[in-house]
Amino acid sequence: MREAIELDTIDRAIIDTLQGGFPICERPYAEVAGGLGIAEADLLRRLQRLLDRRVLTRFGPLFQVERMGGAFVLAAMRVPETDWQRVLAVVNSLPAVAHNYRRESERNSEFNMWFVLAAESEAGIDAAIGQIQQSSGLQVFSFPKLQEYFVEMKLPVRP
Amino acid sequence: MTGGLDPIDRRLVLSTQGGLPLVPRPYHQLAEEVGISPAEVMTRLARMLESGAIRRIGAVPNHYAIGYTANGMSVWDVPDERIDQLGARVGALDFVTHCYHRPRRLPEWPFNLFAMVHGSSRAEVRDKVAKIAAVIGCDCRSYDVLFSTSILKKSGLRIGA
Repeated sequence: MREAIELDTIDRAIIDTLQGGFPICERPYAEVAGGLGIAEADLLRRLQRLLDRRVLTRFGPLFQVERMGGAFVLAAMRVPETDWQRVLAVVNSLPAVAHNYRRESERNSEFNMWFVLAAESEAGIDAAIGQIQQSSGLQVFSFPKLQEYFVEMKLPVRP
Repeated sequence: MTGGLDPIDRRLVLSTQGGLPLVPRPYHQLAEEVGISPAEVMTRLARMLESGAIRRIGAVPNHYAIGYTANGMSVWDVPDERIDQLGARVGALDFVTHCYHRPRRLPEWPFNLFAMVHGSSRAEVRDKVAKIAAVIGCDCRSYDVLFSTSILKKSGLRIGA
């Protein structure tokens, strides 16, 4: 599932820089562009293109709903191959599903669909789980975080 | 900071959860959408950053597109009384991007420590997983690595209007 997308050195610098944060000021793009040695309009054009080509899935504030009374919960299901498309449609149709990944185990775990539910309240998470179980007929296993040891999702662009 | 979301902060979340406007003065555009001054938008965003309600403002790459084609969720069954110490040590490894204590779901799921590892190949990820195994040592009762084979959805937070 390699997605070969050509990125030039400026695109790479933009992605690396913007994983680190973004200023809060009147002309933030101009400030970032200045640091990269390009024009503000060039940065805006390239950012739009990176988003359009899905090299970036998002650009903006990353919210921690837990800090706002909401919840993020990792959940998983064991979906039979023959039922995959139907269950996928059920799960992805819910706005509370923020990410969803297909995974295969190196060993013997049968959990093959892993998704993150995000809602404004714990009740919203429970409602989403209930809805998925009812519509899919399969059990949803939830894995709420009990302790966070480290989170820093910054990956330098690789050649 | 817990409890409900301030109504104006909530409108800022709604206006930016799809992304920050790609215009020269993005905070001014948000101010118009939300009906407050640009200065107040900036003050509130800065406050949410400080409180942790916003983790950061920035870019989220599709990691496949930037060269990380192998993404392994390593999961470990370690003794509960040792997990905080082990989690801190595993989380401190420079290649681990997320590390959490999560509940077991017995009998289907015996693992309680989750550590995410990204690489350019499964071999690279396995090599890093071996380094985690070395840190955990004999506290590891069993483990697994689940590689992602496709991104089925990646929209991020979407709360309702």
